[in-house]
Amino acid sequence: MKRILYIFGVIGVLALLQWGLTAVLLDGPVRQGPYYYQILVLAGINIILAVSLNLTNGIAGQFSIGHAGFFAVGAYVAASVSYYGGSAIRAAVSFIPPMGQDAVVLLIALAAAALATALAGLIVGIPSLRLRGDYLAIVTLGFGEIIRVLILNIDAVGGARGFSGIPKLSNFFWVYLMAVATVVTVWNLVRSTYGRAFLAIRENEIAAQAMGIDVTRHKVLAFVIGSMFAGMAGCLFGHYTMYLHTNSFTFVKSFEIIIMIAIGGLGSIEGAVLGAVLLTVLPEAFRGFDSYRMIIYSLALILIMIYRPQGILGQKSLFGKKRRKSATIDAGPTGAKSVAAETGVAGKQ
Amino acid sequence: MLTLKNVSSRYGAIKALTDVSLEVEKGAVATLIGANGAGKSTTLRSIMGLCQPYAGDVVFEGKRINKIPTHKIAAMGIALVPEGRAVFSNLTVLENLELGGYMQRDGKKLKRDIGHVHEVFPRLKERQAQMAGTLSGGEQQMLAIGRALMAHPRLLLLDEPSLGLAPLIVHAIFDAIDRINQEGTTVLLVEQNANLALKRSQKAYVLETGRIIMQGSSVDLANDPRVKEAYLGE
Repeated sequence: MKRILYIFGVIGVLALLQWGLTAVLLDGPVRQGPYYYQILVLAGINIILAVSLNLTNGIAGQFSIGHAGFFAVGAYVAASVSYYGGSAIRAAVSFIPPMGQDAVVLLIALAAAALATALAGLIVGIPSLRLRGDYLAIVTLGFGEIIRVLILNIDAVGGARGFSGIPKLSNFFWVYLMAVATVVTVWNLVRSTYGRAFLAIRENEIAAQAMGIDVTRHKVLAFVIGSMFAGMAGCLFGHYTMYLHTNSFTFVKSFEIIIMIAIGGLGSIEGAVLGAVLLTVLPEAFRGFDSYRMIIYSLALILIMIYRPQGILGQKSLFGKKRRKSATIDAGPTGAKSVAAETGVAGKQ
Repeated sequence: MLTLKNVSSRYGAIKALTDVSLEVEKGAVATLIGANGAGKSTTLRSIMGLCQPYAGDVVFEGKRINKIPTHKIAAMGIALVPEGRAVFSNLTVLENLELGGYMQRDGKKLKRDIGHVHEVFPRLKERQAQMAGTLSGGEQQMLAIGRALMAHPRLLLLDEPSLGLAPLIVHAIFDAIDRINQEGTTVLLVEQNANLALKRSQKAYVLETGRIIMQGSSVDLANDPRVKEAYLGE
């Protein structure tokens, strides 16, 4: 009951924000309002991408650099659904008002994107997650590029011309609804037994296995969930920009997402959100410097990496609540004497 | 309880074990001694399914367990304390123990198990909120053993628990292993410290370049001139 109330609360607040932002930024008095609105929306999409990649890379420790590939699969599958099947879907639900029809088309496209990318994640994940470390990175990098080239050669989705004529169905409301859903899902996952298994796998695979954790299954699961959210981000992206081109999905995009989670703090959900917002806003904020902006942007990244190599938030709040609780579980008196004895000996090791 | 019958394992083209047969009786402490690279760790890895023997059988409580995935072997009641401790460095001591009880889904029982580990290793209770990576070597070894205990193993595999530890700590660790054994857990111990391992076990096997070259009661082996010369430094 409480949960349902929360859900309606979030939907209400986002709908209100959507209405307010439309009034102020899109139709309102603010100069360059639509530009700010777009930055907001793109930041939301990047939040979904960063938080989902953080699940695979930061929490389960499986270094994937093909996130843009899944982003692309989701974007193109969803766009195809609404472009080719949009009118059929609308006809089927013609009894509800047009705004509702939009929502239905978008939700079906979202579901299709989620399904397609989860499947893609499974196909890529099962063979490559059996490998260790670098191999996964190489395979995912390859996958991203293969997908891009593949799409470039499919004429039905525009090929090299790009995919235009995608209906504008997504907006601030949908993007942030999905962003909240992503954060909540990953948050809950990390605190579940699955999350524990992910952390154990990241820390030491052999020990994790010896403890009864099915390593391959959990790795694939983390990978598939991460890919699925990237696909849904793709759906929202395509239906916002109304045009897709494979240039938006090169490996540079994958690295951008990796930078977001590295800057924010690998493994920290809050860090991923912060990194996503920062990396969307920073390049825009420096637009005034014209062509120097990328230099300033790079410098900012280098400085952060020098002074906060663990990311802005580090792993600090990964377990915020749980850590505090566990610290109080029958915390016995600290045996100062024995500690001293141990450290005295331990010092020599 | 555990029987290895002519087990042979290899890493790629390199043979690590040849025709290894051994038997661990219920309630006993058995030990595998041998030099570096003799195949001691590989034997444990072959039991645990971390490396698949290409010939021979591993039988645990009457069931053939080779070709069963590691996590299922763990669920059958075998726990491994890996070489070099392998604690989860970036998690707290308590979280490490909780992960050791991964298969225990009952929160109350999990707490009781943690209490038991704290009883065996009081140090772990003092350090429970600390990151495992910041513990001393001895404490990490205690944590690794405690974490394995969380799964209520009937057979505990220990891979070089004395590795890199000061003598005082090593004795504390071995006292804990004795206690764990007395509480009903069968132990298979792999050690380079042959002297200590032979003192603390009932049955021993000597491995050399992947073959068992000697076996017998630990007392007999400790008095065997060949063992004395090669492994006890006398």
